[in-house]
Amino acid sequence: MVTHHADAARAWSAVAAVVDPEVPVLSIDDLGVLREVTVSDTGVEVVITPTYSGCPAMDAIREDVVRALAAEGFGDVRVRLVLSPAWTTDWISAKGRSALKEYGIAPPSAAGPVRLSMSVKCPHCDSLDTREVAHFGSTSCKALFVCRSCGEPFDHFKAL
Amino acid sequence: MTDTDHGLADADTDHGHVELSAVVLSEEFVSTDAPASPEVAEYAMWLGDDALILAQRLGGWITRAPELEEDVALANIALDLLGHARSLLRYAGSATGRTEDDLAYWRDETGFRSAHLFEQPNGDFAHTIVRQFAAAHYLHPLYERLRASTDPVLAGVAAKAVKEVDYHRDHADQWMLRLALGTDESRRRTLRAMEDVWPYVDELFSDDAAGGDDLFAALDGVAVRPSSLREPFEAEVAPVLTEAQLEPPTAFHAAGGGRLGRHSEYLAPLLAELQVLARQHPGASW
Repeated sequence: MVTHHADAARAWSAVAAVVDPEVPVLSIDDLGVLREVTVSDTGVEVVITPTYSGCPAMDAIREDVVRALAAEGFGDVRVRLVLSPAWTTDWISAKGRSALKEYGIAPPSAAGPVRLSMSVKCPHCDSLDTREVAHFGSTSCKALFVCRSCGEPFDHFKAL
Repeated sequence: MTDTDHGLADADTDHGHVELSAVVLSEEFVSTDAPASPEVAEYAMWLGDDALILAQRLGGWITRAPELEEDVALANIALDLLGHARSLLRYAGSATGRTEDDLAYWRDETGFRSAHLFEQPNGDFAHTIVRQFAAAHYLHPLYERLRASTDPVLAGVAAKAVKEVDYHRDHADQWMLRLALGTDESRRRTLRAMEDVWPYVDELFSDDAAGGDDLFAALDGVAVRPSSLREPFEAEVAPVLTEAQLEPPTAFHAAGGGRLGRHSEYLAPLLAELQVLARQHPGASW
């Protein structure tokens, strides 16, 4: 239906503007967490997928999605959490990757999970002379690195 | 199913005048998955309880780990496990109309299906690492195989979890080597931890289920038979143990029985801490 079609586009842009509360420069669309928005006679259904199973940001994201749709006049909103197919860092958009770097987080390599082989580039000075301090950083999705060139510590979005 | 023995029906008698209708379990994410069958629910509860209890144990290290990075690492591992527990218990509860919170907060000790390994005390850091090492090398081949489950919910949880447990495994491997080959003191403690923790490994590969031996016959293609995991577990731990110059102690096997709801003395105090807030303040949201 024409109205649903127009509504779907409006609903998608409202939801796509919701940001990750942990990394507020990244929209859930660019992060690859937003999977689907469908508008039907029974309301709006939004499908999201977590980066990590225990990601505590999902509850906040769900609330923000409902709020963003309410602001656009959508009342009956269902948010569905799906685990499959499992989120991967490959779903972070090019725009998302550059937003991460500007924010000071080294983005994951684009080629999928490659363990302990590729150098991680320092988001501050672009040096490849960096080392992992800890596998687990401030959130599940990040590892803690330090740059040997500029001496700055930084987060790296782990490939998953 | 034994679920109902420890379900909400008992809540009034067990916990005074608790009005469960008042528990606003926030708006859970809506699910379109079909409810689990009783057998699938039982199996999901095994896995969910393992993850929940281990997550709770690991949470005990927060602010107490030997270094800040480790504090963060153990908390993150706990959080991953809690995520697995939530999905699995939500699914387990769907068979009996219970939520993940109902199952986590309102079952008593005998209602839990976790294996004894996961409820073992944190001990010193070596004990926690040996427990992590055993747990991660059990969970990894488990989730790897469960990805092929004919049950779409279990397969979905597994596909997600296996990638996370892979990091847990790596974390534990690195610490096993550092501790076992570190100082005399770290080696002494690691040997001691192996002796204390390893006897609980055996239970992980037991197919004994509450309600009879036919659980896994009923779950063919759905569940991963625990006994089938012994071989991959041993294949995974062997190279690390060899490099760490450790031998798994064989003198003593703990009794087990967690899958039947029989637990060691460590589970009840753990649950008391886990459940106290929800039980003292029904309806509280946080």
